[in-house]
Amino acid sequence: MFDRNTGEKRLYGINASPGISIGKAYIVDKEGVDVVEKYLIREKQLKKEVNRFKSAVKKAKDELNAIIEDTPEDLRRHATILETQRALLKDKMIYGKTIEIIENEHVNADWALKKAVSRVKSMFQKLPDSYLRERAADIGYASDRILRNLVGAKQVNIGEIYKRVILVANDLSPAETSQIQLEKIKAFVTNQGSKASHTAIVARTLEIPAVLGLEDATSVIQNDDVIVVDGSTGMVVIHPGEETLIDFAERKIRYNDQKAALTRRSHFPAETSDGIRLQVMGNIELPEEVVSVLAHGGDGIGLYRTEFQYLSRTDFPSEDELFDKYMDVVEVMAPKPVTIRTLDINGDKAISNTSGSDEPNPALGLRGIRYCLTKPEVFITQLRAILRAAAFGNVRIMFPMISTLDEILEAKKVFNETADSLNKEGISFNKDIDIGIMIEVPSAVVMADLMAKEVDFFSIGTNDLIQYSLAIDRENSKVANLFQPLNPAIIRMVKHVTDVARDNNVKIFMCGEMAGYPIHMPILLGMGINELSMNPQSIPAVKTMIRSLSFEDSKLFIKDVLKKTSAKDILDLLQDSYGDILPDKYITG
Amino acid sequence: MVESGKEYSREVVIVNELGLHARSAAKIAKLAQNAKSTIWMMEKSEKVDASSIIDILTLACPKGSKITLTIDSQSDVDILNDIVSLIERGFEE
Repeated sequence: MFDRNTGEKRLYGINASPGISIGKAYIVDKEGVDVVEKYLIREKQLKKEVNRFKSAVKKAKDELNAIIEDTPEDLRRHATILETQRALLKDKMIYGKTIEIIENEHVNADWALKKAVSRVKSMFQKLPDSYLRERAADIGYASDRILRNLVGAKQVNIGEIYKRVILVANDLSPAETSQIQLEKIKAFVTNQGSKASHTAIVARTLEIPAVLGLEDATSVIQNDDVIVVDGSTGMVVIHPGEETLIDFAERKIRYNDQKAALTRRSHFPAETSDGIRLQVMGNIELPEEVVSVLAHGGDGIGLYRTEFQYLSRTDFPSEDELFDKYMDVVEVMAPKPVTIRTLDINGDKAISNTSGSDEPNPALGLRGIRYCLTKPEVFITQLRAILRAAAFGNVRIMFPMISTLDEILEAKKVFNETADSLNKEGISFNKDIDIGIMIEVPSAVVMADLMAKEVDFFSIGTNDLIQYSLAIDRENSKVANLFQPLNPAIIRMVKHVTDVARDNNVKIFMCGEMAGYPIHMPILLGMGINELSMNPQSIPAVKTMIRSLSFEDSKLFIKDVLKKTSAKDILDLLQDSYGDILPDKYITG
Repeated sequence: MVESGKEYSREVVIVNELGLHARSAAKIAKLAQNAKSTIWMMEKSEKVDASSIIDILTLACPKGSKITLTIDSQSDVDILNDIVSLIERGFEE
């Protein structure tokens, strides 16, 4: 949408992390030098043009060498990717071909390189194997590096942003987000991604506004453009006029005031008007995040993701290392509960030191408990660390990706054997802890009545449950709009699991994204969920919402919800019934 | 395109889990770049230059693929053997 009067342009994407930010755009675009001019080179100048290309390649190689040297030991896996890129620079299909095109067609080096590369890329896109198809991207990175040296563009190094900017990118991989100096980032804007993608999670954790899935943000927004990012509504304004700037500056102040007001009340319990108390917990990945959970009034840790200790390294963490990380959390939180989820390797966070990580379809592959049961030595090391940490606080253990009853029995068997061996070794530990499972695979929903006999609690992981039940890849922006927590199918599944849990005296928790939105509270409360776990930043608003509800009313409300036939109808019903008591539309997501 | 003499050609099966991916292709290409003349890699009817990572990748060989390596010049026989041994060892992954 382009406004002729003000020169403003508005883009609409996915509101992935709330808040408002106004600032200058910093484009991290791998195809940022895509506009390549073509011009003819005179016969006499050909040699000079070839040399210009050669020195650009040399420069690219020097740059990569410098980056590889600077890569710390523990990121060696990243370095091998860079080494492959370095080897690609001199590959004859790029290097030789480009020189050949310059000489035969008498064209400039930039154009010749682009032509050589696009031929190679199209060759790769025809390959049957998706892993290899994606290697076209590596070739792209290598050739972009040369191209940037040819046109003299400044090298984009996200590690070296020197002013506070709004980061605009096609997409950010977990590796890239780990490189960014996050304190320099005011907001995220990306072409791809969705509410549940890695960038969104990072943004919400750090309380930075983010609008994702804009498709062409990197081509529409120019470097240093002044832009407004409204992560609450999912809008980006390019070249805002004066009125828009004033409007958003005011909204920003209002948003911050409301957030501060919510946070002030966040330490009061989440108790309904009729005296039912819910536990509102925080999800964490790093021990450091405990501070944030406590600051936002969390009643404990409902999900401690343990994958981080296994990333960016070439060997497995030792028992003592893991024990230290768990202790950091358990001791600080005690006597509040800490729910440790055992290793749940998945697609974009695959461990670096196992060759089996390259699966064609990781979401349906060897992950979670499946992986742990095939790698007993890895599993036992982690269980030992958890059992030992359990002696120092209130620990619960949770197994992810359970899809069959046998997996629970087997995992519990390993758990008991591990406790026995600790006992024999005379090491202090505590095995009297709650054992639970993630309910995130549809088969676990169907089997919940039998599984309930084997565990102390269920924790519904809505992100994966929605992905597997509705067959939606949440990272795919083409279908991300169908990733609906309020889809009647999901509501019914959650209801079924909750009913089964109540009938079997099993505690019922929820730790997916769904638990973090105030607007979902009437449904989750009405179904009788005992405990909700979410991003620490969502805790205050969720608590405030629960305090304004009545359990009995919510139970009745569920009956109306179950009559609705679509996610939209359910959302409308929620908004009609509870819209006026929502803490603030900007904080509800 | 058929080579004369047995010693100029060797067959090998890809044994590593990932097959011929970027990193393993880079290792082969590095060796092949030292050859005096071209070292060829063939899988089914496709034939590519082993000194090019990109060429190797376009073969799209998963684990279990049977590859034939041939050389144009006998002086490259050591390099040929080195490549075969590298593949047989699963690229030391």
